[in-house]
Amino acid sequence: MIRFLVNRLLGMVVVLFLVCLFTFLIFFVLSPDPAVQICGKNCTPEAIDQIHANLGLDRPFWTQFGTFLSGLFVGRTYGTGANMIDCAAPCLGYSFQTSQSVTDMIVQRLPVSATVAIGAAVLWLLAGVAGGLISAVREGKFADRFIAGLTLTGMSIPNYVLALSLQFLLVVTLQWLPFPHAVSFMEEPGQWFANFLMPWIVLAIGAAAVYTRLTRANVIETLQENYVRTARAKGLSPGLIWRRHALRPALTPIVTIFGMDFAGLLGGALITETVFGLNGIGKLAADSITKNDQPVIMGVTLLAAFLVVVGNMVVDLLYTAIDPRVRVGSTA
Amino acid sequence: MTTTDTPLLRVRDLTVSFPTAQGPVDVVKSLDFDLPRGGALGIVGESGSGKSMTSLAIMGLLPKGATRTGSVEFAGTELTQLRERAMRSVRGDRIAMIFQDPLSSLNPYYTVGAQIIEAYRAHRGGVTRRQARAVAIEAMERVHINDAARRVDHYPHQFSGGMRQRVMIAMTLSMEPELIIADEPTTALDVTVQAQILDLLAEIRADTGAGLILITHDLAVVSEVTDHIVVMREGDLVEQGPAERIFTDPQEPYTRMLLDAVPRIDDEIGTLRTTTTEEAR
Repeated sequence: MIRFLVNRLLGMVVVLFLVCLFTFLIFFVLSPDPAVQICGKNCTPEAIDQIHANLGLDRPFWTQFGTFLSGLFVGRTYGTGANMIDCAAPCLGYSFQTSQSVTDMIVQRLPVSATVAIGAAVLWLLAGVAGGLISAVREGKFADRFIAGLTLTGMSIPNYVLALSLQFLLVVTLQWLPFPHAVSFMEEPGQWFANFLMPWIVLAIGAAAVYTRLTRANVIETLQENYVRTARAKGLSPGLIWRRHALRPALTPIVTIFGMDFAGLLGGALITETVFGLNGIGKLAADSITKNDQPVIMGVTLLAAFLVVVGNMVVDLLYTAIDPRVRVGSTA
Repeated sequence: MTTTDTPLLRVRDLTVSFPTAQGPVDVVKSLDFDLPRGGALGIVGESGSGKSMTSLAIMGLLPKGATRTGSVEFAGTELTQLRERAMRSVRGDRIAMIFQDPLSSLNPYYTVGAQIIEAYRAHRGGVTRRQARAVAIEAMERVHINDAARRVDHYPHQFSGGMRQRVMIAMTLSMEPELIIADEPTTALDVTVQAQILDLLAEIRADTGAGLILITHDLAVVSEVTDHIVVMREGDLVEQGPAERIFTDPQEPYTRMLLDAVPRIDDEIGTLRTTTTEEAR
């Protein structure tokens, strides 16, 4: 078990290193010179050189990458002498636009994205698994076809269409929900909940549709397994057969895809956050891309990669707990 | 009304049919046979002859859409008339079944112990964990699984094919059933293990006095353990009779052909004989 863990952790480190390298490479090679942008209108070649020196952009690629990496773990400094700025670990640099620390920007916005992700995940997991179970039990009947229609619709509607339609319908036309404005949970829980309700629904619908189909297919397949026939031949009640022999094997694969989806969503829901004006990681990413704010784009990219890799690892660990066949060191 | 004269199982006019686009197709056609108490019956036929469907029809476990008509009388009780709940109390408890592929027939998510005692708990109720575990260990010991007290906590994938089939048999044993239906119990196993499993079935039969229905395509298998044989083909009963007679003096050309198809060690090397539909008609 320990060996397995160490192996997985090492693998994770390698993947994250490569992600860092390629992300850094892309920005190093492809993006326009940030110094021009920072320097502004009345710029002199000397000023540009000065900015290059401050940001360390005059040094070779590997040196820059090395500084960036060590900044992540032990922090780094920008500039020299009196102008020296100390950037504590994990240092992702400073925004070209606002000069804020990228780490701070991400930390400030992470709770919003987490709220969005957790709420949506709860909704789609409940709706998806319930819908899939109903479909499987009523296979071929009206309920199954009805749900199949819903899932098709849910999967086909683009997020932004759904988001704007919901806003128009629930806030403008029916006025069931108040117009969103920023509040904290402590001050106005009602308004806070209403703010997040629509993003949750929008994000949950597409995923719930996928989970419904997955659950339905898994359950139907599991019910045809030979061991379910064995359970019937043992004279077990249908309830027991469902609970013990059908649900567990059928729902195990859901864990895998859920871990990935959830981790991906934690890294920001670009469209949904932008449409609903939520200041999460997704909106940060969208804004930084439009303004070509490289350090922020890189920070957000690395965060997303990190979350997916960690999510993957958590799923692997969970699997060893739920599926005895993957349990390590358990061969006969 | 269970006197010694009543057979353990009395099947009359048993027909199983599946609906198809061209109308219903009978996969078992008007089958009649008896199994005396403690007897061993072999049902033999090629794949598609309806032998497995016969066993599922007895258990009331036919796939969705299949219909069953005729009579299945078990120890004086007409099984076709039983409600599902009553039939459930027969399944596993009084009639147990062993299937062809022991790996896929065991749930990979639970220990073999848990699966052995599952039926026991469902039928006997109110047993403590410790009691149930003791039952599982005892059943595993009876099918000669070494170190049963430790192996009881292992998962199916940790057993070899033959051991898995022993686990399946242990599962049926814990309930002390009156009838064991084994559907191709040795087909998925290699030859040496096949013999061990057949010996085990014979041993259990002798120990418990349970009746046995052995379903197989392999004549060598039935010849070892059964005393009465039913030969089936395309859902029809071709011939039935005492095992001795079927082997020494088959009445039907199809039975003779099946017997001839068994390769013998003293055969001249030549073409492998196969059965063809035209030949048998």
